[in-house]
Amino acid sequence: MQFMLLFSRQGKLRLQKWYEAHPDKVKKKITRELISTILARKPKMSSFLEWKDLKIVYKRYASLYFCCAIEQQDNELLTLEVIHRYVELLDKYFGSVCELDIIFNFEKAYFMLDELMVGGEVCETSKKNVLKAIAAQDLLQEVSYGDTAYEL
Amino acid sequence: MPAVRGDGMRGLAVFISDIRNCKSKEAEVKRINKELANIRSKFKGDKTLDGYQKKKYVCKLLFIFLLGHDIDFGHMEAVNLLSSNKYTEKQIGYLFISVLVNTNSDLIKLIVQSIKNDLGSRNPVHVNLALQCIANIGSKEMADAFGSDIPKLLVSGETMDVVKQSAALCLLRLFRTTQEIIPGGEWTSRIIHLLNDQHMGVVTAACSLIEALVKKNPDEYKGCVSLAVSRLSRIVTASYTDLQDYTYYFVPAPWLSVKLLRLLQHYPPPDDPGVRGRLNECLDTILNKAQEPPKSKKVQHSNAKNAVLFEAISIIIHSDSEPNLLVRACNQLGQFLSHRETNLRYLALETMCLLATSEFSHEAVKKHQETVINALKTERDVSVRQRAVDLLYAMCDRSNAEEIVQEMLNYLETADYSIREEMVLKVAILAEKYAQDYTWYVDVILNLIRIAGDYVSEEVWYRVIQIVVNREDVQGYAAKTVFEALQAPACHENMVKVGGYILGEFGNLIAGDTRSAPAVQFQLLHSKYHLCSAATRALLLTTYIKFINLFPEIKSQIQDVLKSNSNLRSSDAELQQRASEYLHLSVTTTTDVLATVLEEMPPFTEKESSILAVLKKKSGRMSAQEAQREARVQAREGNAAPATEKAQNAQLKTKPSSNAAFPIPQLNNSTSADLLGLSTPPATQNSIQSNTGVLVDVLGDLYGGGGTNTHNGTTTPASLSMSGATDNIKKFVCKNNGVLYENDIIQIGIKSEFRQNLGRIGVFYGNKTSMPLQAFNPTVSVGPGQQGKVTVQVKPVEPSIDAGAQVQQLVNCECIEDFNGLPDLTVGFTYGNVPQRLALHLPLSCNKFFEPTDMNGESFFARWKNLSGPLQEAQKIFKATGPMETASIKTKLLGFGMQLLEGIDPNPENFVCAAIIHTRTQQIGCLLRLEPNRQAEMYRLTIRASKESTAQILADLLAEQF
Repeated sequence: MQFMLLFSRQGKLRLQKWYEAHPDKVKKKITRELISTILARKPKMSSFLEWKDLKIVYKRYASLYFCCAIEQQDNELLTLEVIHRYVELLDKYFGSVCELDIIFNFEKAYFMLDELMVGGEVCETSKKNVLKAIAAQDLLQEVSYGDTAYEL
Repeated sequence: MPAVRGDGMRGLAVFISDIRNCKSKEAEVKRINKELANIRSKFKGDKTLDGYQKKKYVCKLLFIFLLGHDIDFGHMEAVNLLSSNKYTEKQIGYLFISVLVNTNSDLIKLIVQSIKNDLGSRNPVHVNLALQCIANIGSKEMADAFGSDIPKLLVSGETMDVVKQSAALCLLRLFRTTQEIIPGGEWTSRIIHLLNDQHMGVVTAACSLIEALVKKNPDEYKGCVSLAVSRLSRIVTASYTDLQDYTYYFVPAPWLSVKLLRLLQHYPPPDDPGVRGRLNECLDTILNKAQEPPKSKKVQHSNAKNAVLFEAISIIIHSDSEPNLLVRACNQLGQFLSHRETNLRYLALETMCLLATSEFSHEAVKKHQETVINALKTERDVSVRQRAVDLLYAMCDRSNAEEIVQEMLNYLETADYSIREEMVLKVAILAEKYAQDYTWYVDVILNLIRIAGDYVSEEVWYRVIQIVVNREDVQGYAAKTVFEALQAPACHENMVKVGGYILGEFGNLIAGDTRSAPAVQFQLLHSKYHLCSAATRALLLTTYIKFINLFPEIKSQIQDVLKSNSNLRSSDAELQQRASEYLHLSVTTTTDVLATVLEEMPPFTEKESSILAVLKKKSGRMSAQEAQREARVQAREGNAAPATEKAQNAQLKTKPSSNAAFPIPQLNNSTSADLLGLSTPPATQNSIQSNTGVLVDVLGDLYGGGGTNTHNGTTTPASLSMSGATDNIKKFVCKNNGVLYENDIIQIGIKSEFRQNLGRIGVFYGNKTSMPLQAFNPTVSVGPGQQGKVTVQVKPVEPSIDAGAQVQQLVNCECIEDFNGLPDLTVGFTYGNVPQRLALHLPLSCNKFFEPTDMNGESFFARWKNLSGPLQEAQKIFKATGPMETASIKTKLLGFGMQLLEGIDPNPENFVCAAIIHTRTQQIGCLLRLEPNRQAEMYRLTIRASKESTAQILADLLAEQF
């Protein structure tokens, strides 16, 4: 996978993860192009499209679009399920996840994605194992901060 | 504001809320700028910030960046966070680095130490954080710094599984930037054996790594094949309960299955019959499961199951060796073609394109033609329709071409604008490739222009012209059809271009019919003239001047147009120039010269259809598909070679000419003989016979009928398409370029140029068949007449010529003294295991080293008298074998290489010429007088030369030409 983008129905980017290095300018251009292309598509259309020499796989969950760019030889259907697994993980962690959870806890969404995928490849497909890893991280946080209160 | 998990950063949440509450973009920018100023002052301030505050501000910067604003500070604070002993601070530091740091940043050096520390940590959570960060950056610096640690981490027995997973993929990411990072030797086997690991997650991650390694070095890693097959076998036969959390919606380990199948596609089918059998069993089982009723109604179940199925089909196509599996795969995809899930229809169409290229399943794919055509008409998603077009293109062959092309033309009328151009290219390619009858091809292309003129690129209309020019049998039909098409009141400009070109060349073929009489043709074209762009007008002006040659009766009408102010004083320089040059050409030159200048275009040469190249360039997907298709087709035709179409194509391909798509006579560079040094490659538009340098040769006929076909373009290049062998060697005395020899197997063309006593001859060997010519060995040797008098140096050529291909051989030669006869050219090769040998001659005669010499009558006669020795003169009296026309006689004499001296002989019917032969040792002055006697149909030829023996040689050569 080359990159993953999360954006809202209004076209606002909520999360971006790049597995190939691009200059910021290029990233912005790609993002703009893809958001407008995908938002223009109708619900019954296929989830796949050709884009430059990449394949785009996208799916909408409530108000959020999840969009992945994969290479020619990659499997489209399974990429849809990578997206679904990611949504399941977010859902489990936040408890019926909504767009706001991802806005306010964007860093968590990133940490979760890093457990699921590394370097653009699926790393751990077991839901249980990913959640275990995230729980281990949260535990470390609570150990460090359990007794401290901070002001703004 | 929703609850914040874990250790919430209240300040961050408040800031995010503020941003969300902004009513306008301006308000948001204002709020952000305020926050940026605040953070900047905090970071610059004297008060040292504690870890939490640093984390909070870094996190705010990250948020601002993700909103699409540029962030140019805060990097140092983030780097500081990496070494925090609080995990949450460290984690935010890493996140900032991963998201914001570009691979080439100077910061990389600063973070290496922190990452090293975490990589060495006892806590697997820290190690993973470091690995994920390395993978996120993935730069060469990272590879240099950690290239030795990570492989150790990957195979060490002490490493925990979660760390191994990240290590495998981290290594993969670094391998992509720095291939040397993977140690070879014993590591290979240790990495391969990760496929046997107990932990499914480790196997999944390792499989991606191994696939990348295999891609680079398949031999070293070929041990993975049997391991991958047995792992796959275990998964495929497992019940969905066996794999616990690695079962996804009742599908056992779909990710690992897909990765294993992908890995195996880098190898041919396994040699070991056991392994091969087991793999086929797996594929069989996967195909069987596709027929079972679903275990769940959820789309996740069907997606995961079908993801594995498509990957299995992909490997079946890749191996292309199991007819049974290929046909089953095709039937399965056929079912998907009418599935209610758009995604499945999309993928089925896409995958079938590949199946169509396999000889085992091509016919099975064709059974679904109707469904695919239907998809073109009913699919609501343009990307699915696009796939249907691709599939129709892929399944097209001789048997269904007319139907498919017709359906594509029908669809084109309503097709989405985004895919029209590609469709036009595809239709044009199919029509050309499968044309059994070129009238059909012409119809298809004209239809394309009519339906989608705006999307017909230059390559497409250039191509139809190339084909019409090269194929005599279709020229009359093409002229008639374009004439009819131009009758339409609204006519696309591309139609005017094609019409203009074709009528200019072949309008005479339909001029006999009063409905398309010359004046009617001209008026029809000219009625479009003022609606066209300058480029098209320029083309039409060329058509008009060609009309003057074809139809002298409308000359004055055309001259009026050329004279008109809108042309002669056009603001467009090109139009102005053409109008005035063409006008002068029509006024000042004799009909003979005009006929020569405006002669019919010689055939085009072509390696590959330029349209195909455009299509390939258009999309990566197409070029991959084409490559596979080509490879398959070649493999197929290597075994059995039917395909007359190949031979036809080959014939089109091998004619050694060199015209641009629409060469236009540029009068102002007509005397460019001096531009041509011997270093110029022979095949260029401007390669003029160096010893003449007049316009005639720029446009001169390169083939066939020699210099005789100057009349109204009705005599077309002769006998090229005849079967049986033609040896044109005699014609080469008076010309330098053309087809030397041709039979059903091979065409040999010549392009030569000479200067002073040196010459270079390009011999082009074109294979007209669909099989390669093997043991190809052409040799040149000088005979007794030339021994020691002329040298030839032959560049060697490859010993085989591919089907339809052409190779060039260069022969450099030098004239040492005057010589008799021609060197031998022997061409040996085997065709279909039958050795062939052609005994020919190289068109290298003494007159090739002529330099034309101009002189006045006085000096001509003085020299003539001087050369009065008995052996200095040779005279021949012979009967004319062809028509005794002035123009053709002149052309031959010019082609012979001598300067034609006009107005010198008291009898205007006679011709006198002068030239010098350059040899290494001396220059030989030569004079010629040719006296035709039209009543008796006889010629008397007298040649005088300064060297004894030369006159006789020249007289023998030339006498055979009339």
